[in-house]
Amino acid sequence: MKPITLTINGETIRATVPPRLHLADFLRDQCGLTGTHLGCEHGVCGACTIRLDGAIVRSCLVLAVQADDTIIETIEGVTDSGEARALQAAFAARNALQCGYCTPGMVITALDFLATAPDPCDRSAIRAHLSGNYCRCTGYEAIIDAIAMVGGQ
Amino acid sequence: MSFTDPDRPSRQIGRALPRSASRRLAQGRGRFASDITLPRMVHAAFVRSPHAHAELGAIALDAARAMPGIVGVFDAAAIDPWCTPWVGTLTHLAGLKSAPQYPLARGRVRFHGEPVAMVLATSRAEAEDAAEQITVDYQPLPPVVDALAALAPDAVPIHPELGDNLAFERRIEAGDIAAAMAMADEIITLDFDFARHTGVTLEPRAVVADWNEGEQRLTVHAGTQVPHMLQDIYALHFGLAAHQVRVLAPDVGGSFGIKIHIYPDEMAAIAASRALRRPVRFVADRLESFIGDIHARGHQVRAQIGVTRAGDITFFDVDDLTGIGPYSAYPRTSAVEANQVINLIGGPYAVANYRARARVVFQTKAMMSQYRAVGHPIATTVTEALVDAAARRIGVDPVTLRRRNLIADDAYPCQSASGMRFEALSHHGCLEKLHAMMGYDALRAEQAALRARGVRRGIGIASFIEITNPGAAFYGVGGAHISAQEGATIRLDAAGHVVLQAGVTEQGQGTETILAQIAAEALGLAPEQVLVRLGDTDSTPYGGGTWASRGAGVGGEAAWQAAHALRGQLLTLAASLLQADPSRLDLRNGQITDDDGTARMALADLARIAHFRPDTLPPGIVPELAATRHHVPRDYPFAFTNGVQGSLVEIDTETGFITLLRHWVVEDCGTIINPLLVDEQIRGGVVQGLGAALFEACRYDAEGQMTNATMADYLVPMAAEMPDIEIGHVCTPTAETALGAKGAGEAGTAAAAAAVLNAVNDALAPDAALLTALPLTPARVLAALGVIG
Ligand code: FES
Ligand code: FES
Repeated sequence: MKPITLTINGETIRATVPPRLHLADFLRDQCGLTGTHLGCEHGVCGACTIRLDGAIVRSCLVLAVQADDTIIETIEGVTDSGEARALQAAFAARNALQCGYCTPGMVITALDFLATAPDPCDRSAIRAHLSGNYCRCTGYEAIIDAIAMVGGQ
Repeated sequence: MSFTDPDRPSRQIGRALPRSASRRLAQGRGRFASDITLPRMVHAAFVRSPHAHAELGAIALDAARAMPGIVGVFDAAAIDPWCTPWVGTLTHLAGLKSAPQYPLARGRVRFHGEPVAMVLATSRAEAEDAAEQITVDYQPLPPVVDALAALAPDAVPIHPELGDNLAFERRIEAGDIAAAMAMADEIITLDFDFARHTGVTLEPRAVVADWNEGEQRLTVHAGTQVPHMLQDIYALHFGLAAHQVRVLAPDVGGSFGIKIHIYPDEMAAIAASRALRRPVRFVADRLESFIGDIHARGHQVRAQIGVTRAGDITFFDVDDLTGIGPYSAYPRTSAVEANQVINLIGGPYAVANYRARARVVFQTKAMMSQYRAVGHPIATTVTEALVDAAARRIGVDPVTLRRRNLIADDAYPCQSASGMRFEALSHHGCLEKLHAMMGYDALRAEQAALRARGVRRGIGIASFIEITNPGAAFYGVGGAHISAQEGATIRLDAAGHVVLQAGVTEQGQGTETILAQIAAEALGLAPEQVLVRLGDTDSTPYGGGTWASRGAGVGGEAAWQAAHALRGQLLTLAASLLQADPSRLDLRNGQITDDDGTARMALADLARIAHFRPDTLPPGIVPELAATRHHVPRDYPFAFTNGVQGSLVEIDTETGFITLLRHWVVEDCGTIINPLLVDEQIRGGVVQGLGAALFEACRYDAEGQMTNATMADYLVPMAAEMPDIEIGHVCTPTAETALGAKGAGEAGTAAAAAAVLNAVNDALAPDAALLTALPLTPARVLAALGVIG
């Protein structure tokens, strides 16, 4: 067991974790942050996407011990801060989610796109940026529309 | 009542409203079964067979028992006292046979991934550690992988007591095939190969079972489409009365038909909750999903079409073979898919001569059963590829051949050669609309111009029919306790809003929202004033759940009828207070109004009086303020819908890559309750069909091992490769219900692959290349072009 200290959604968290525990399980099972989802646990589907020190990462590929002394933001954090409000509203308005299981990861990835893209309305750039986030329900088009809507605002 | 008048008062049906659950889900406030944690909960992990087929010898459990955190270890002998076996047969599928299936394998294993032993521990990681300590003595038997080889006279019977590996066979013969063959100027034969694929729900299967010894009740939180069906089955196999079982369906992270089946690992985990008298969670990991979830499709079809030089299709003749793994799935069976394939082939066309055979065989692979659009993509692809091949052979445009042979829009009611009864379809209306949306003639001109420059573009069309709103014909008549009827209960609360509980369920389609719209329209409320509660067998009226595109058409109608009944009560009560004629009152904008819309009294005031001042009501008036209604389709076994899809592709003849440039859908689901949700159902369905067309395949080696059981190896459609999809509608309401709604959940999946296959073959026609195997991989394209061997 290893002690770690990190900042999650603005709160300082101290915990003791087994070395093999991945960050997604830590967030879900020990911190109750069940908005981070697990779809594959090997870095392919994007459902577990969170922010670590400002960069988007797959929390299933990071060990909790590696997150010692980092700043973590999850869907709960970007919701509370209001950062994701416009995107969440656009997702709802455009029906860009059905089961909603991919959505937290999509929203975090889309925030990253909107913050960095030279042209935030470029649909093929949005499609390329989301190419590591699986959605099995929507067929993606509504998600692209929702992100482009916010990009155009 | 007409839902087409846009100016009617209280219009909610037909509005493109966003879903009420979207905000919560987008904020990460979904509550999925895999999120649920209960006090004293333990986690299940399984030892699964590494062999496709083997005799089971000794299973050594003791080392696992000694591991940290372990609270229980089970093999078949230990779990069987808690759960009786099940058999996936139904009487209306005559001759279907299967063998008893147990939570944990007994005596033999019959597919790679079959659960053999189960460990319960205080964490999943500890359970997995302990599972690794279990040793199992396997004596390998010959695997039976190929479906045709499974039928060979010398094939090893997978269940010796069943005699052979043929689970089910059905034949159809209609009209006069010999005469139709003689009449045809051209007969074209194609051999199709459809890969197996699977649902890949982003949230894997998940159950949290909680046996309460003091209460003698079992509560199961399940990612499912069918809570009442599960309640019935759990009661039966765990030896309980139905009222001792509560099934809750929380948010479900994708289902698509995968989560309507009984799975041995889930049954084992639930039985363990009873044995251990504490909550048990089982969440499949992705490997367990790939090898343990229901697989779909997997067909080899030889098919023929006859056509005259004038362009009349004279017959269809098909022979379908499908492998279903070692058991027919419970309780819906694994024969429905093939049965549906031969029921649907040729269905859009006015062709009376039809011969078909379907054979369903056991093999030592994962189980195959219902998944979104059961049978439809196979039937549509076979039919539409044959029609295109016929058009090419006689040298006419594929749209022309369809115009000539599709059932006329004024020919209804009528029935297909296979006996499917059609109330009213609109093939020609849909085709003409698609033709206009695509700019078909301009696309053809562009295609020819590009072809001259060596660019291979192809245009594909696929007409389809879809089975929706099934009545009892699907399962009930065969003896399954799967409700065909849906119930809805609605009640007025003390503030003048309503609570609606229904048996249909939500997996993201928007069930809650459309039910709210339906009730809101009947009661003159805003949809947000209707609280919809689904997915709890303790509190919702009995129903079959959401599958086979029945949520809107069957569940929606029950909600409409219940809301109408409540409306009648409210108007009667208001009339007694207002000394008015109830037939001259209406409900609009939360008010009791005269029929001209003049407000007489707020519904909130009526609710207040009824709840808190009933002493002021006229004598003898006892307000009821609640109504339950049920609906089941009775006139037709299914409400068929129809539509047509179009695809434009470009093929790189050097790499074999297919680029999907555009995709179009026109479909007719009758009354549209919410166009926003219908269109996204269709888009999502199309993309699942495109996955089958281009990427998805469960690959098995000769030993019966699934070789691509990871998300990195099993390809699904991703954002970058998918086209935008244009959608149009034709609207032919069913006359069987007041709402007139039919289903739309499977329309997209039904014909997407057929349209793409036809587009690819259209592009490659100048090269005399023809593909008939899905998925259309680059290697297959290059092989068809003769570039690679
Ligand atoms: S769960 Fe982390 S990428 Fe899929
Ligand atoms: S909405 Fe279900 S996976 Fe994206």
